[in-house]
Amino acid sequence: MTAVDTTTAPRPSRRGTAHQKLLAFASLIALVIGFSLASPNFFQVSNIMAILQATSVNGVLAIGATLIIITGGIDLSIGTLMTFCAVMTGVVLTWLGAPLIFGVVAAIGTGALSGLVSGTFVAKMKIPPFIATLGMMLILKGLSLVVTGTRPIYFNDTPGFDLISRGSLIGWVLPGFPVPNGVLILFLVAGFAAWILSRTVLGRYTFALGSNEEAVRLSGVNADAWKMAIYALSGAIVGIGGLLIASRLNSAQPALGLGYELEAIAAVVIGGTSLAGGRGTILGTLIGALIMAVLTNGLRVLSVAPEWQTVVTGGIIIVAVYADQLRRGKT
Amino acid sequence: MRHSSLGGGAMTRLVRMEGIDKVFPGVKALDAVDFDLLAGEVHALMGENGAGKSTLMKCLSGVYQPDGGRILIDGKPVSLPTPRSAQDQGIGIIHQELALMRDLTVAQNIWIGREPRKSFGRLDEAKLNADAAAIFDGMNVKMDPRTPVSSLTIARQQMVEIAKALSYRSRVLIMDEPTAALNDTEIAELFAIIRRLRSEGVGIIYISHKMDEIRQISDRVTVMRDGTYVDTVAAADTPIERIIAMMVGREIQHSDIAIPDLSGAETALEVIDVSRGAELKNISFDLKQGEILGFAGLMGAGRTELARAIFGAEPIDRGEIRVHGKPVRIASPSDAVRKGIGYLSEDRKQFGLALGLDVRANIGLPSMGRHSDRMGRINEGKLSEVARSYIDMLRIRTPHDAQEVRLLSGGNQQKVVIAKWLLRDCDILIFDEPTRGIDVGAKAEIYRLLADLAKRGKAIIVISSELPEVLRVSHRIAVMCEGRLTGILPGGARQEEIVALATKREGKTAA
Ligand SMILES: Nc1ncnc2c1ncn2[C@@H]1O[C@H](COP(=O)(O)OP(=O)(O)OP(=O)(O)O)[C@@H](O)[C@H]1O
Ligand SMILES: [Mg+2]
Repeated sequence: MTAVDTTTAPRPSRRGTAHQKLLAFASLIALVIGFSLASPNFFQVSNIMAILQATSVNGVLAIGATLIIITGGIDLSIGTLMTFCAVMTGVVLTWLGAPLIFGVVAAIGTGALSGLVSGTFVAKMKIPPFIATLGMMLILKGLSLVVTGTRPIYFNDTPGFDLISRGSLIGWVLPGFPVPNGVLILFLVAGFAAWILSRTVLGRYTFALGSNEEAVRLSGVNADAWKMAIYALSGAIVGIGGLLIASRLNSAQPALGLGYELEAIAAVVIGGTSLAGGRGTILGTLIGALIMAVLTNGLRVLSVAPEWQTVVTGGIIIVAVYADQLRRGKT
Repeated sequence: MRHSSLGGGAMTRLVRMEGIDKVFPGVKALDAVDFDLLAGEVHALMGENGAGKSTLMKCLSGVYQPDGGRILIDGKPVSLPTPRSAQDQGIGIIHQELALMRDLTVAQNIWIGREPRKSFGRLDEAKLNADAAAIFDGMNVKMDPRTPVSSLTIARQQMVEIAKALSYRSRVLIMDEPTAALNDTEIAELFAIIRRLRSEGVGIIYISHKMDEIRQISDRVTVMRDGTYVDTVAAADTPIERIIAMMVGREIQHSDIAIPDLSGAETALEVIDVSRGAELKNISFDLKQGEILGFAGLMGAGRTELARAIFGAEPIDRGEIRVHGKPVRIASPSDAVRKGIGYLSEDRKQFGLALGLDVRANIGLPSMGRHSDRMGRINEGKLSEVARSYIDMLRIRTPHDAQEVRLLSGGNQQKVVIAKWLLRDCDILIFDEPTRGIDVGAKAEIYRLLADLAKRGKAIIVISSELPEVLRVSHRIAVMCEGRLTGILPGGARQEEIVALATKREGKTAA
């Protein structure tokens, strides 16, 4: 019996995300070179560390957002959830006076729980992710204000709390490299998320759901349960973001948070993850977050007014996604 | 003591469905349907589009819950609340509409939900790929399990679906129109697989609209009509005509192709030396008004690519296209439609339909201009009226013209695509696999419709992988092989001539 030879069938070239990452990475390098040439103050160890530090919170949030976006969803509650997690850490550490580790657990636990709730709205109650997380965004914002009575909670009584983000474990071991802990945590979270996506069943279903949810269901997979798990994981990661921002400010600022979700989504999109779902990488998101931080920092070093920085950031998002479209368009 | 003849070789009843009812809003899809399946048989399930075949099988595979009746497996009543519970009972299904995850690889698709794992929920990717490769080896199909599904043609995707169904090692295997997108070689391969499974005692439920397949492969045939059970007969001693009569409940007239004299007709379309990459190589032909030009060839011969190039969906590298004698540049599909060219895609789900819109909106989609006023307001009344006339003409089975298209049966969705282009009233119509998934009765109607359209002066191209269909409708037959046009034969050519041209590789002459 002859084997069916269908190799003559035309096969569109493989359009992986590899190209996109390359493109994003090249833009990052170009930006760094450009700013270095434009200003001698840019490429300094202290400034690079500042950029990395500035990336850490947005980067962690963007990693959480990446998971949801790959399932074909969107999460608008990221920013206010970050704040709510910081607030809960404050409640546990400052108000209850619990040891530091409980503050960490509170942040991550609150995030996971909130993610689970969003996940339930989306998976079980079939509320579109945009609406479900829009509701969650407002609920969490309100809860932060209610719990704190609109006043910040300070962590002055918890020695070492600010070291979570600002200390430097690496600098302690290798004095030449004062990499802040916040950055270390960002890379650990990124490594973990990348591992989940590429090596585990949960990661497989993340892509599968974004690719064709009905097919996943018909294959006998409990699609709803897995989706809820992904939302919970994403929430836990956002909780880490909450911990980082609280540590950096040494306080939980209940009014903060709105707008962070859009920055996170922007980083994801610049990193080449498709809002249609099914495709995306953590590395791309990291590069996207770095591009945004380099841009903000570089423009500031060049003394561009903050108003204009916002305009430029918006433009970059459009250019990044358009470049991706162009590349995809031509076969 | 009774001598046991019920041992190994005898046929045991695997599945019994009794009095199954299923109601959708506005449609009684199943009305007290009975069905049974023995071990080691191929049981064909036949019926017109919308008869309820897929719905019955979805009840058996845990996708739908029946509203009445019961399902017995090995003689015991079971409930099948989820696809997983059906899998656990050993029931596997290849759905009519491909259900694959486009962004995942072939192997990842096959093992979805049953990934081989290492500790901590880690995937065993090596085993995943090796296991998938083993299945394709068993099927005698060349396939790299690491290929992303989005880069496969529909036929190849169908192969993945088949491999996936086999991977369950099911005792009951349901195949809902598995051959709709396959060519003859691939069908032969599939049948070899089916025969092997049958000899291993698997019970196979086989749904197809291709009558010759039923003869070749099935042991028993159950016929459904309008959601009801008609009869179950032995395939060997029931003439096809009788099965068709049971299906449609009326006579079908066969009209033989009459080839018109087109010597005086104006040329509608000229394609001169069109090339693109390795897919299209120096293609030239012309098409007259009132002519039906059939395109035959194997899967991957470049027929769809050619159609898409003419329609402006893909660019061309070289060559010229003339419409009514005037050289034109067709930059996009909307450009093509303006120049009077319509194209019915072979992949209706991806390119042909807005699944979430209703029947009326889909039929009217390309011709909204004619059904709206200057302010852009749609004249729903008028649109509904014409939509209903096409629903009648093509016998589209839908409760009303405001039903969402995704709720129609597969064949009826295809008819909606046809209606849409008929209404647009293009001069040049390209039909790519127009009868895929369409029942015999509707097929005959579509053939008659093609002939009518030609008589009214339309220039028509029909691409089909079924040779009898090409022969049945075409006034001339163009044959392609590996991106080249290997010849144009007069209508009524012999099948062997076409096959010879379809396999005529470059540099060699046909045997
Ligand atoms: N989810 C649904 N909601 C509403 N109506 C439905 C739904 N699924 C199927 N139907 C209707 O039930 C009837 C039977 O459909 P089914 O898909 O079982 O037909 P079929 O015999 O498989 O036809 P085909 O040969 O065209 O695939 C059709 O009239 C169809 O429109
Ligand atoms: Mg069907």
